[in-house]
Amino acid sequence: MSTLSAAPLLARYAESLFWMARYLERVENLARVIDVTQTFESPGRPAQAWESVVRINADEVPFRDRYGTLSPETVRRFYLLDADNPTSIPAAVIAARRNARMLRPLISTEMWRQINEFHSWATALSENDVAPDRLSSLLTRIKEAVQLQTGIAEGTFFRDQGWLFLELGRQIERADQTTRLLDIKYHLLLPSVADVGSALDLSQWHALLRAAAGYHAYRRAHPRGLTPASVADFLLLNGAFPRSTLRCIRRAEATLDELRHRYGLQVARPAERLEEVRAGLEERSIERIIAGGLHEFLDWVQRMLISVSAEIGHAFFRDWRPGDAAA
Amino acid sequence: MSAELRAPFDRLSFAPSSVFDGYTPGPYFCELTTPRSGDGGALGLIVRRLAALSLEDFRRRTAQAERDLFNLGITFTVYTEADAIDRILPFDPVPRVLTAAEWSMLEAGVRQRVQALNLFLHDVYHDQKILKDGAVPADLVLGNVNYRPEMREFPVPFGTYVHICGIDIVRDEQGTFRVLEDNARTPSGVSYVIENRHAMLRAFPDLMQGIALRPVDGYGVKLLEALCDIAPQGVDDPQIVLLSPGIYNSAYFEHVFLAREMGVPLVEGADLVVENDRVFMRTTRGLSPVHAIYRRIDDTFLDPTVFRPDTLLGVPGLIRAWRKGNVALANAVGTGVADDKAIYAYMPRIIRYFLSEEPVLANVETLICREPEGLAATLAGLERLVIKPVGESGGYGITIGPRASRAELEAARSKLLADPANWISQPVIWLSVAPTLTPDGLRPRHLDLRPYAVTGRDTWVLPGGLSRVALRAGSLVVNSSQGGGSKDTWVLAQE
Repeated sequence: MSTLSAAPLLARYAESLFWMARYLERVENLARVIDVTQTFESPGRPAQAWESVVRINADEVPFRDRYGTLSPETVRRFYLLDADNPTSIPAAVIAARRNARMLRPLISTEMWRQINEFHSWATALSENDVAPDRLSSLLTRIKEAVQLQTGIAEGTFFRDQGWLFLELGRQIERADQTTRLLDIKYHLLLPSVADVGSALDLSQWHALLRAAAGYHAYRRAHPRGLTPASVADFLLLNGAFPRSTLRCIRRAEATLDELRHRYGLQVARPAERLEEVRAGLEERSIERIIAGGLHEFLDWVQRMLISVSAEIGHAFFRDWRPGDAAA
Repeated sequence: MSAELRAPFDRLSFAPSSVFDGYTPGPYFCELTTPRSGDGGALGLIVRRLAALSLEDFRRRTAQAERDLFNLGITFTVYTEADAIDRILPFDPVPRVLTAAEWSMLEAGVRQRVQALNLFLHDVYHDQKILKDGAVPADLVLGNVNYRPEMREFPVPFGTYVHICGIDIVRDEQGTFRVLEDNARTPSGVSYVIENRHAMLRAFPDLMQGIALRPVDGYGVKLLEALCDIAPQGVDDPQIVLLSPGIYNSAYFEHVFLAREMGVPLVEGADLVVENDRVFMRTTRGLSPVHAIYRRIDDTFLDPTVFRPDTLLGVPGLIRAWRKGNVALANAVGTGVADDKAIYAYMPRIIRYFLSEEPVLANVETLICREPEGLAATLAGLERLVIKPVGESGGYGITIGPRASRAELEAARSKLLADPANWISQPVIWLSVAPTLTPDGLRPRHLDLRPYAVTGRDTWVLPGGLSRVALRAGSLVVNSSQGGGSKDTWVLAQE
């Protein structure tokens, strides 16, 4: 234990780092989800694709309460302009910046400056900015703003405990968001036997891969052919794709391990949970997962990640006496 | 010395379209253009360099500097009923310059003042000799809302109560510096001193080229040293923290700034816990001991078990832990009795009493309305005097006689008569001016100076201080809450 770093990290800072990373990652993924949805719009029934966005975010009730009927315009407004909707991009940016503000003593000036500028811009968007012909470039800018923050953090954030909490939040949110991206395809097309493998079906799987920034990586793993099962396999279980759920969970586990090893943190409870999710992913082939119901499996992963998050909270953010965390 | 520096000051001539067009300081002392000896030619050089800039260039650079300040979050938050709005302290790009000789006098005056404040506080919380000798009225001290009986007979390390002190200084028409106010509780603004310098370096690097200035970067290090000085004896590597009310406090940026400069955690009340009269912070690894606290919350919010029971900002048990000597607090509790505007009037006497020296820095002559003669003289001279409430800060509640309407004077008169003890009055000091960027180009605007002193074992004074400038033409109120801005303060290094 002689290698343990002495500098303590305030529990509140750790919590804010974890959540700042999660909110930012959520922003990036929401931008990806909306981007792919636009490409899923089918002639004659444009609302159908957008409805799935509302469903994967479990927003049916609040959406109805605020907007009534569902149209592409109202869904875009709900997620891109409506800061009162807690699952919207502006709300997540505001939440990320609130955490960043709390973290200003800790994060680099360059991180703060970028998130501050991003916040000013993202919370001042208007109806014009989200019009269909501008949407794609807007979403690109949003994704890039988050990636810029991730890059600035990588290049400037002091590598102490705080960095590991940032990393933990990012990986767990990313693992979760990839399951949602996959789920959107499920919601959109409950594949009837006839549809599977059709031209439309395949073009949508293509789009999904592109939205996850995984198309070319997928091609390297699967030079020939593209099947729904292999795309789902790639997004969920690939060991090298940085957005695959399994890889993110492994990264989170390694981060917890480092917190234990280098900083003496008691990580047992959240680590057990993560191990359980990982085992659930590693033990099953994609064929088995699909046979058992892809949506049900994704749902299970999401629920497990919620409980991982709760365990992290108990272990590091709320119970500060080491003995209590295990109680 | 370069030839440029030696060019005589009186040969100034400005281009027709110069930013100085139409600039006349009038009857006031100008901090840049009133000639002073011992500047080594720097004042003239700065004026010439400024004059060489076009107004357009000036505006562009200033706008960029202000945008940077906003994006860097060097802001304070103004709360309205509906919104929280982040504002920058308006930044004026024309520096305020102090010569080495001026600064060494100011520095000596500030040191003397801090020393006297600490000796006074030690006395009023121990033997009360100054009260027994009648040099300061006992009821003024003991009956003061900021006197803390909890502090009686409680020793603080090195007799230092006021670890961080900000002293508001003005300069009158004759060019004489005078102290306007002592800030011995939790003075703010020091972060702007350093950030303004950085802003100047970014936006006007050419302006200071070749001019040797005293650096302002040492503040965090000196503050940390002072806090380590006062931490409990026998702790090898004391854990220092800065206690802030949190992100909703209007000075939150400054709290962040200072915590970062010192490399210590910025904590809120809920991050701290007292067990067995020791203070701990809640970390990811459990409770971790804390040895000294730079607190940026007022006395009465520190500990709900001793002061206001309804506060959530403080830490239950903190005062007990402090009294046991297990943790140090800066500033100490109870310093507010020394920076009261009524006590201020007695500061020259307090300096003579404890130090047997004449004050280096003059006070502004002050009438104390709780005293019958003071009230009578104030009422007789209302239209010539500045009337100030003793308990307020931030420039609130002030009536400036020569600027007030009949109705305002009458309102002041009834307030005075209703509660004389709440008021003091002073002659109007026509504060010095400095060229300041306005929509019409550079124009004279009144300003003050707040140097900051840090005291642990010894006192250190940050070279310069915060120059606050009243942006409205003719205004004598420099407070940010009243539309004030700030300038970078340059102290010329000794030649």
